[in-house]
Amino acid sequence: MSVVLETRGLTKAFGGLVAVDNVSFQLQESELLALIGPNGAGKSTCFNMLMGQLPPTSGEVFLMGEKITGLKPRQIWRKGVGRTFQITATYSSMTVVENVQMALLSHNGRIFRFRSQAHRLYRKEALALLDMVGMADQADRHCAVLAYGDLKRLELATALAHEPTLLLMDEPTAGMAPKERIALMQLTADIVRDQGVSVLFTEHDMDVVFAHSHRIMVLNRGALIAEGSAAEIRANPMVQEVYLGGGTVFGAEEHADA
Amino acid sequence: MEFFVAQILTGLANASSLFLVACGLSLIFGVTRIVNFAHGSLYMLGAYIGLTLMETLPGHVGFWGSILLAGIAVGLIGVVIEMLVLRPVYRAPELFQLVATFGVILVIQDLALMIWGPEDQLGPRAPGLRGVFRIMGEPIPKYDIVLLIITPIIALALWYMMARTRLGVLVRAATQDREMVGALGVNQAWLFTGVFALGSALAGLGGALQLPKGGADLLMDFTILTPVFVVVVIGGMGSLPGAYLAAIIISVLNVFGVTYIPQSTLVLMFLVMIVVLMIRPYGLFGREEVAGEHGQVGEPEEPIKPASRQTRLIVAAGLVLLALLPLIGSNFALVLSTDILIFCLFAASLHFLLGLGGMVSFGHAAYYGGGAYVAALLVTWTNTPMELAFLLAPFGAGLAAIIIGWVCLRLTGVYFAMLTLAFAQLLWSLVWQWQDVTGGDDGLVNIWPSDWLNNNTAFFYFALLFSVGGILVLRHVAHSPFGYALRAARDSQRQAEATGIDTQRVKLLAFTFAGFMGGLAGALFVFSKGSVFPNELEIVRSFDALIVVFLGGVKTLAGGVVGAAFFKGVEDILTRFEYWRLVMGLLIIFVVVVAPEGIVGSLRRAARRIGLGKEQPS
Repeated sequence: MSVVLETRGLTKAFGGLVAVDNVSFQLQESELLALIGPNGAGKSTCFNMLMGQLPPTSGEVFLMGEKITGLKPRQIWRKGVGRTFQITATYSSMTVVENVQMALLSHNGRIFRFRSQAHRLYRKEALALLDMVGMADQADRHCAVLAYGDLKRLELATALAHEPTLLLMDEPTAGMAPKERIALMQLTADIVRDQGVSVLFTEHDMDVVFAHSHRIMVLNRGALIAEGSAAEIRANPMVQEVYLGGGTVFGAEEHADA
Repeated sequence: MEFFVAQILTGLANASSLFLVACGLSLIFGVTRIVNFAHGSLYMLGAYIGLTLMETLPGHVGFWGSILLAGIAVGLIGVVIEMLVLRPVYRAPELFQLVATFGVILVIQDLALMIWGPEDQLGPRAPGLRGVFRIMGEPIPKYDIVLLIITPIIALALWYMMARTRLGVLVRAATQDREMVGALGVNQAWLFTGVFALGSALAGLGGALQLPKGGADLLMDFTILTPVFVVVVIGGMGSLPGAYLAAIIISVLNVFGVTYIPQSTLVLMFLVMIVVLMIRPYGLFGREEVAGEHGQVGEPEEPIKPASRQTRLIVAAGLVLLALLPLIGSNFALVLSTDILIFCLFAASLHFLLGLGGMVSFGHAAYYGGGAYVAALLVTWTNTPMELAFLLAPFGAGLAAIIIGWVCLRLTGVYFAMLTLAFAQLLWSLVWQWQDVTGGDDGLVNIWPSDWLNNNTAFFYFALLFSVGGILVLRHVAHSPFGYALRAARDSQRQAEATGIDTQRVKLLAFTFAGFMGGLAGALFVFSKGSVFPNELEIVRSFDALIVVFLGGVKTLAGGVVGAAFFKGVEDILTRFEYWRLVMGLLIIFVVVVAPEGIVGSLRRAARRIGLGKEQPS
């Protein structure tokens, strides 16, 4: 299996505070990799560096062996990385299908076209993507009236528009109802299986993490403290300490998952 | 050296009222997020009221008492304005309130004209301060010295109020996060009223305090508005020390400018502002703009659709009727329609920028007037044939828009708006002061179209073709991939960037395109009138377009055009009456209050309520 994403010694310091400290990991092809950790562990900072929102203080990021450190988000996207946001970002003045069409227009280099009518272009492809996330029946609804869970699914469809090799999902189920969470991650897992996309995601919901991820990394105070399968992570005393010390009801999650 | 010191002292004294007015504006913006265009009018009221009081109250006590009372009176007027005009529209879309304040400007202008008459009034000398002091041999008016002392005292008092009192804490807290202040149980309505009153009182105080130096006239509302905006922006919106420092910088600079380079005093102020904003994008003491972080105010914008067959037919029928106008209408109707058509194109070009791009430009006249001047200058100085000059004008305006847009787009929100205003004013002052080339105040005349167009009917068709054509092009682009990308960049820059869209490039191109279309309107204008004067570049012209776009409805595609047609028509009828500004101002305020979604938006809502038009599937 080939390595899709790799970081080497990724570090970010805000003044004296080292938010992400020398993080190195690899993400394999078709892998669903979870990055977990208590609040303030540096997950989002780490993510923002992967996606180009933040320049790292030191360290490097490689995508399919190519260095992408310091590129802008839109350049990284062009290299085949899709992302979803912790707080959804959609175009609220457009319809659902137009949101996806927008990404397709961008992928096909049609942003600076003036003659054609945008709502006719790539509609079929956009509908197919919506169908994949179960949103086809809502295609022509106004995006601003969607329920939050639907917005998340729309974002996923948008992120898949350019057939990415890598999908970065920052807390994909934050703010969703428990049932929706399971459904969304099942959907993601299916997509990983069917399309060979690799996924790196951060998550607070341990049900989601333990049910679907192939491998789990634990970040605490900016440093990776553990890495392994669900069972290994659960049995890891350091992880237990971090989580129980942080006051998270680890026991309850364990039961729910078992 | 002596002269130098004297200059600085004069500058510092001039800074006095500028500072007062500016910190009033800054306070109001900080807390209520309202860009109060009417602030200059409050300053003017302060001057007039102070003057009237000074004529009745005698002596030292009378003079200083009048200034104080003028401040209080204007503060009370501020309360009335806030409660009657602004309170009903706080929930309206962002920046919509500034339209209401523009209505207030018009109302106050005519009320002042009614009460105090059209003549400029000389301010009385301050009793006991008639002469001059000699400082290092240079004569400095005694009143200047008093101002020099008073201003820092007022500034300190304000600072004390902001830093040490409960009201100050509330104001500072509301400036940072007014939702939080509301959640903590503070009655926001009264906080807003209180701050608006305080800001107004400071403007009134500033107006009264400058009386012995400047007097009162009906133009002082707009005269002060520009430097005040500049001061507030240079100092940083919401910062008192910033306003103080910036007022001093601008005033001192102005005094030196008058002495050494009198032909460029106006330009100087804007150059300073542009330089400051390039280095410190949020002013000297300002913080990054966070307005809009709490989500969009008002209803979300609806998806756009190409016009239905039915709508197309109606529009086509309307155009055919319009084309028949020369057969049935009078010469006057023809000229009026030409004016309206041109103005519609101008407004549509701004609407493209404002509605689709979410870029609020306070200086769109730069491209309208710019286009007009490009054509006029070409004709005057190079004898360019009309047709060629007409074609080149939009490109000239577009070129200006690329440069200005490139600089302005580093900023967002109100700072962006202010910087566009600064550039428009920069162009205006260039044209005003570069007399040899632009004719200055006298404008450029004899810019007539070629013979084949040189009658009202022919030019009407010419204007019809290019205005309607331009509007249709703008509309078509709105539906094109580029128009969608522009809306995407407005709706969620984060998502747009994360899906490969270079939002800065999209915005710059949109800015340029809007400038180009504005320039086209300007070129039509100059050949329809045969002349052009600096007022086509003025702040008032920019506001005209801004107002009609807001009143027509920012969130609807047709808003700009409908608003422009309606208000230009009304204006042409009203201007025949003496106090038309009063009526116009009241009409604007009325529309703002009853139709906060603009004319088109509110009509659409009304139509839906009675069952016409399509309901959103939901």
